Amino acid sequence: MAEGEFFGLLGPNGAGKTTLINVIAGLVRPDAGRAAVMGADVGRDYRRARRMLGVVPQELVFDPFFTVRETLRLQSGYYGLARNDGWIDEVMHHLDLTAKADANMRSLSGGMKRRVLVAQALVHKPPVIVLDEPTAGVDVELRQGLWQFVRRLNRDGHSIVLTTHYLEEAEAHCQRIALLKDGRIAALDATRSLLGSFSGLDLRLHLDRAALPVGIPGRVVEADGAHFRVRLATYRELEDALVRLREAGVGIREMEVHPPDLEEVFLRLTGRGS
Amino acid sequence: MRRFSTLCYKELLRFFKVSIQTVGAPVLTTLLYLVIFGHALEGRLEVYRGVRYTVFLVPGLVMMAVLQNAFANSSSSLIQSKITGNIVFVLLAPVSYVEFFAAYVVASIVRGLVVGLCVLAVTLFFVDLPLHAPLWALAFALLGAALLGTLGLVAAVVSDKIDQVAAFQNFVVVPLTFLSGVFYSIHTLPPFWQRLSHANPFFYMVDGFRYGFFGASDFAPAASLAIVFASLLAVCSATLWLLKSGYKLRY
Repeated sequence: MAEGEFFGLLGPNGAGKTTLINVIAGLVRPDAGRAAVMGADVGRDYRRARRMLGVVPQELVFDPFFTVRETLRLQSGYYGLARNDGWIDEVMHHLDLTAKADANMRSLSGGMKRRVLVAQALVHKPPVIVLDEPTAGVDVELRQGLWQFVRRLNRDGHSIVLTTHYLEEAEAHCQRIALLKDGRIAALDATRSLLGSFSGLDLRLHLDRAALPVGIPGRVVEADGAHFRVRLATYRELEDALVRLREAGVGIREMEVHPPDLEEVFLRLTGRGS
Repeated sequence: MRRFSTLCYKELLRFFKVSIQTVGAPVLTTLLYLVIFGHALEGRLEVYRGVRYTVFLVPGLVMMAVLQNAFANSSSSLIQSKITGNIVFVLLAPVSYVEFFAAYVVASIVRGLVVGLCVLAVTLFFVDLPLHAPLWALAFALLGAALLGTLGLVAAVVSDKIDQVAAFQNFVVVPLTFLSGVFYSIHTLPPFWQRLSHANPFFYMVDGFRYGFFGASDFAPAASLAIVFASLLAVCSATLWLLKSGYKLRY
């Protein structure tokens, strides 16, 4: 991964995303191979490696004995930082935590706890920030605020690693993506070229008859009575398909349009899909 | 230094924030021991010439509070952090295993001594206690708290559940303290049990601590101090090795 990059680590559950991150963070020792953060080996040069790295863990962990400010001060101290209140205030401000600064961690909502986790990962201004599924169980408002803040950090020169289940998130933010499967990299490419090869729409139709008119663009993936799944390449094709249905006098009872989901991308990548 | 002092401060802050449980409760327990055993045995036992049984009992109870609380501090804090997962905040940071070790043990020593002092202060309302050699008492309290704080750390590192830490406390720490002569002089025991008591490192801690008050003990205090110190060194080396290996902390 290059310096300053916004990098996506994608994969289904159990693909090894979190394990990989834990190796980089020094929480798991690799059976083989090595990892380095900004050139610092995570084993031999662990102090430098960990100072370079800020990790937002996936689980909502917190210490119920302390307030938000205490938590952030303690975290600064673990990195050897003495007077860090200026930066702590700034981070709390950007994450909308200022009003909760003196609230006990126990009393915070899930979304607020997630923000504190982000703040904790930033107390030492690490050049590399890892977000492990940061939006799992987080409401829309926080999600947007979070992305705004992370994008700003990336503009300011921080390298970002994001793991996620959601293709849209990776698509929206990441410059490059690695797809993990069973602990191996199944694909690694710039986001645009990677997703370009999987672009398209999944059109699901419930018609008033059990036959599709001829001339419908795309490829029929599934046909079950009056239910059809058609794979289209573009929205233009979607328009054409609807026009074709109208011309043939076929009525639509239900219709859904989906972008390709990650599972499907994986199935295709590993050559087991249709 | 900053990393060590922060982690140590966090441990201290944790127990001060719940001082009803961490200081109040052990003081009450000790007072109950004093009242019950004192009431039952006062006048029937005279361990040292001219020393009433309740007076004899106090240093042992104080030391027991020091030891049990030092153990409780490191063990309960670390096992809770492991179970809730917030140990990750320390593991992610550039804190070395030596700093980690020192912070937990020093905080345990402070908790042990604070509780010990509170217990002592409260019992002074009930008994007149001589103080023959305070520095000896302090030395034994320090080393004993360090030893038990370290054992607490080991118990929490190797355990995955709170029950396992509790088992360590119930099957190792409590029997060893109760059989260390807190409530009696081992000279009152049959020869077999006397010999067995000499194999219990807790005996030397309690006996040496008591020497600081009465100037009398079952065993030579300097020899006791050497034995306690040697035990502490052995347990510390084993613990540091365990922490360095990352056993059950870094997988």
